[in-house]
Amino acid sequence: MAEPLLEVAGLKTHFPVLSKLLRRRVGTVKAVDGVDFAVAPGEVLGIVGESGSGKTTVGKSILRLIQPTEGSISFEGRDITNLPAAEMMPLRARMQIVFQDPMSSLNPRMTIGRILAAPFEIHGVAKGQELQDRVAGLLGLVGLPEDAAQRYPHEFSGGQRQRVGIARALALRPSLIIGDEPVSALDVSIQAQILNLLKRLQGELGLTYILISHNLGVVSHICDRVAVMYLGRVVESGPREALFFNPKHPYTEALLAAVPMPEPGMRRARVPLGGDVPSPANPPPGCAFHPRCPRAMARCAIEAPVPTQLGDGHVVACHLHGG
Amino acid sequence: MAEAVLRAEKLGVAFRIPGGRTKAVDGVTFELRHGETLGLVGESGSGKTLTSLALMRLLESPPAELSADSIVFEGRDLLGLSEAEMADLRGARLSMIFQEPMTSLNPLMTVGRQIDEPLVRHLGLSAAEARARSEALLARVGIPRPSEAAQRYPHQLSGGMRQRVMIAIALACRPSVLVADEPTTALDVTIQAQILDLLRELQDELGTAILLITHDLAVIAETAHRVAVMYAGRIVETGPVAALFATPLHPYTEGLLRSIPRITRIREAELPEIPGMVPAPGQLPAGCAFAPRCAFADAACHAERPTLMPAEGGREVACWKPRHG
Repeated sequence: MAEPLLEVAGLKTHFPVLSKLLRRRVGTVKAVDGVDFAVAPGEVLGIVGESGSGKTTVGKSILRLIQPTEGSISFEGRDITNLPAAEMMPLRARMQIVFQDPMSSLNPRMTIGRILAAPFEIHGVAKGQELQDRVAGLLGLVGLPEDAAQRYPHEFSGGQRQRVGIARALALRPSLIIGDEPVSALDVSIQAQILNLLKRLQGELGLTYILISHNLGVVSHICDRVAVMYLGRVVESGPREALFFNPKHPYTEALLAAVPMPEPGMRRARVPLGGDVPSPANPPPGCAFHPRCPRAMARCAIEAPVPTQLGDGHVVACHLHGG
Repeated sequence: MAEAVLRAEKLGVAFRIPGGRTKAVDGVTFELRHGETLGLVGESGSGKTLTSLALMRLLESPPAELSADSIVFEGRDLLGLSEAEMADLRGARLSMIFQEPMTSLNPLMTVGRQIDEPLVRHLGLSAAEARARSEALLARVGIPRPSEAAQRYPHQLSGGMRQRVMIAIALACRPSVLVADEPTTALDVTIQAQILDLLRELQDELGTAILLITHDLAVIAETAHRVAVMYAGRIVETGPVAALFATPLHPYTEGLLRSIPRITRIREAELPEIPGMVPAPGQLPAGCAFAPRCAFADAACHAERPTLMPAEGGREVACWKPRHG
């Protein structure tokens, strides 16, 4: 792999659980509990997992929207884990995020023009006519009409609002964009439009994406590599083809088997996966997946598996595979 | 062919808006047969949820105006029933489950009491009999330690467990029809698989007909026997699931199926998309509502609205230029 654009090592983000009355710390939610990965320039990494797996917290920790508890984050060759806010500021132009629901991430009292002008003003990049031109350029880039600048977010449909969210993220020509469920709130016909837009922009602008999603079809369509998270850890990661067609971790297998297929009669034999995801405040000992794992052994309840390289960048953390 | 347990004829829902009325559901006709699952699929604003609420007569009127030639359920026209008679049917013969069980369960009542309620109300069981039945139901829907679980409040359960409780309540009186509105949309995929399996098992056991309302074609492919596709307040295509997915007749159905991102070995460069967006109710074009987005539309499509016409293999389509035709 070329010099990675982003490298995350031993990332842990824990949240205190406070008692109701005295606000004393009575426990810890280990939302992210030891995550390592690297993203090469121009690559699309998918992070998949169910509710509570910690995938959103990973994204926010990378951007330092949440301060990680432990570990390190290197971006463009620089350790940014503990950079003070003033030094983070110029870097924020280089790393951006697109959220799931553009309605709640766009200010309803600002016109689209002002929303898109804000990044340029905040970073002092452009003003006056140049600013207007840049905003118009952004609207064109994401396929919105020029007169959108005078209108407010509520005048747009969900898909169009997501185009605004993408335009804002692109304003300062970032190298890295984190998409946190960017198409999950959209209808399937609109979802396809936005996925195509994201893919086209990636090619045209040479962007690097981290796409956080629970939708394996979306991830398969757009990602080069995929990391599967369960209870705060990456249980398996690798090139998309290896992960989707040669999964090694029983959780990845179960997740894939549970995805309904839009072909009648194509129902796969389901890997029986009972129970719910345990609470990250009280994860099971050993391998966190062992209480639900159809292939758990005695060792799994005691000892946490370590990530094992299977070659070709395919990594799995499971005792069945040498972990 | 099994006989229809529920048949809606020209069902419509309109709303008064400043300067007129807007039809959110317009002339929807379909039937649900004994023991089958009919999938009602459509995107946001297609009118699928309004259709289901209209069937249950749960729409508040005003603002909503319900119209229909008839809604025949077990031989009786629901339109002629009083509110008290409807209340006797709901939860007994005709039940419903919703997307978010947290908002449809009572947060101040234990789960057990909420299942007891229909058993006492509709079947006339004593409190003790009802509780014994409730615990059996909780066990049947896969909730561990049912007698303990019956004492719990909804917030103490996970999303998947809450949906199991909703299913237990809805099926407590062995209804002949269950309306399930996006029952797994709020759930994670492994939990969704559990709930869909459970619904299928219970359907086999009880012979309940299910009207499954969803935006997710994959869920339809796995669970439904027949499917009705809605667009802009109307049904545009119906048919058995296998045939409809293999050779969609309506260009909208075809576009929807093609735009789903799938897990494929070779990555497609681009997903086929449907251009534009769903028209707002009240701003429907004169002809076919899909014509402005349709690649095959010609002058006839823009001029006159097609009605649902029979096609081969027990299918129906509302299109002037059906695909695969």
